[in-house]
Amino acid sequence: MATRSGRNPKDLAFEKASAFFAFVVLFLAALLFAVLLRESLPALRKFGARFLVSGTWDPVADQFGALPFIYGTLVSSFLAILIAVPLSVGAAIFIDEFAPPWLKKPVSFLAELLAAIPSVIYGLWGIFILVPVLRDYLMKPVTKYLGWIPLFKGPAYGPSVLAAGVLLSIMIVPFILSVSREVLATVPQRQKEAVLSLGGTRWEMLRIVIGQHCIPGIFGATVLGLGRALGETMAVTMVIGNRPEIFLSVFQQGYSMAAVIANEFNEAGGIQLSSLILIGLLLFLVTFVVNLAAKWILSKMVAHASRGI
Amino acid sequence: MEIVFDIRDLSSWFGDHQILKKIRMQIAKNSVTSVMGPSGCGKSTFIRCLNRMHDMTPGFRTEGEILLDGVNVYSERIDPVYLRRRVGMVFQQPNPFPRMSVFENVAVGLRLNGRNMSKADIAEVVERSLTMAALWNEVKDHLSQPGMSLSGGQQQRLCIARALAVAPEVLLMDEPCSALDPMSTAKIEELIEDLSEKYTIAVVTHNMQQAARISDNVAFFLMGELIEMDKSGKIFTNPSDKRTEQYITGRFG
Repeated sequence: MATRSGRNPKDLAFEKASAFFAFVVLFLAALLFAVLLRESLPALRKFGARFLVSGTWDPVADQFGALPFIYGTLVSSFLAILIAVPLSVGAAIFIDEFAPPWLKKPVSFLAELLAAIPSVIYGLWGIFILVPVLRDYLMKPVTKYLGWIPLFKGPAYGPSVLAAGVLLSIMIVPFILSVSREVLATVPQRQKEAVLSLGGTRWEMLRIVIGQHCIPGIFGATVLGLGRALGETMAVTMVIGNRPEIFLSVFQQGYSMAAVIANEFNEAGGIQLSSLILIGLLLFLVTFVVNLAAKWILSKMVAHASRGI
Repeated sequence: MEIVFDIRDLSSWFGDHQILKKIRMQIAKNSVTSVMGPSGCGKSTFIRCLNRMHDMTPGFRTEGEILLDGVNVYSERIDPVYLRRRVGMVFQQPNPFPRMSVFENVAVGLRLNGRNMSKADIAEVVERSLTMAALWNEVKDHLSQPGMSLSGGQQQRLCIARALAVAPEVLLMDEPCSALDPMSTAKIEELIEDLSEKYTIAVVTHNMQQAARISDNVAFFLMGELIEMDKSGKIFTNPSDKRTEQYITGRFG
């Protein structure tokens, strides 16, 4: 390699060093997976597949199942997506198509700044503002009039799967927003002009070109946001209620995979520790797959756009 | 002869950059008017003023008037959405909607602005438009296939059918053949001639032979100015302006 014409030895050293660092990152990821797997083996051996479907979390009897945590994680993340996707896509459309130039920069800057706020701050805000507001102005009236619907059954304590979902939705907006804006930017100008030239309004233009060009990309952005929501720990721990049970009502307390690890890790030992690590392994695998899927969808989308329809 | 567009001293700017300089010309009903000139002469900018396609471009402005049946298209009374229903457009690159079938591509304009047409009526308009665009016989058995599965020339005729479906009075074509092979070009040119019986057509082209073949009237643009406009036969045999003569004899452009 050193014989490559005109290679400066310093360049070569730099190349090797950067390759080494890149390798270290890969190695750390593999090591992380290996350690998670090794440490979770006792729980995996003892509970097997039952771990995924059992709702018992009983440190006294040493019986552990992850279902309430999986349920809480999935439901709160799903709620977050449900709220964040329309919000982000709407904001992306507004910023790129309707906002006057002086408003574009501040809005997109502030929205992206949301991603920089530490999640414990979100959690505090959730405890002191979001949870009381949701409880008094949303949950109480809804349980009063629509409490017969299992999804909205009371009583409304405040900390709940719904609170976690709403908080998560605010936290993932910046990610979905920025990807959605990139996706909107891939729409060829001549496609927009095609709609306008037929006598379409601006709204019709957006509806058609988004339907024609942006659905896979927005789906990719959604999956990316889902990846963030699934793994979020601190803020969720602070508002979800931390109760390892499964309720159909989103107004009830729940628990999430990340939250139980954060709460119990310090005092756990033996099979309980192994069970927590197994939950960690599951979370690792799920977020890994979800993020991989998002990247794959988005890269396909970009390839599609660069073919230039 | 009835005049559809009466353009009076039209100037236009992108920011500080002046593109069109006091264009005065008329476009006659049921005729084919070619706007010809070298690249960068402002011919595309000009034709896109006629249906206010520049409205979305920041920093674009015009002076002067474009009278369509006596009303300035840039006046406040004109809603660009309805203007574009009357003045349709076909673009340089065929631009069918990638996820729509052949049928949907033609029907898309009929579903805009909350128009409520019955399925049978839509099907009828689609067939009529495809027939007018000389595409019906080629696609009638593949209406549910994606519009993108057609060849380039067929895609351009599909776009013409799409424009015709909303029943415009005027059809603007911005270099409609420049992305097409000679066979497809010949088909589109033939189509333009047929369509001029019912529609007023303005075509932008940098191709003189094409302008000579298809047009009744030719306007020659140079550096944002209209150098001269005349009957096609006159322009190509006995132009009044020296610059026109230089252009058609291939001295520049």
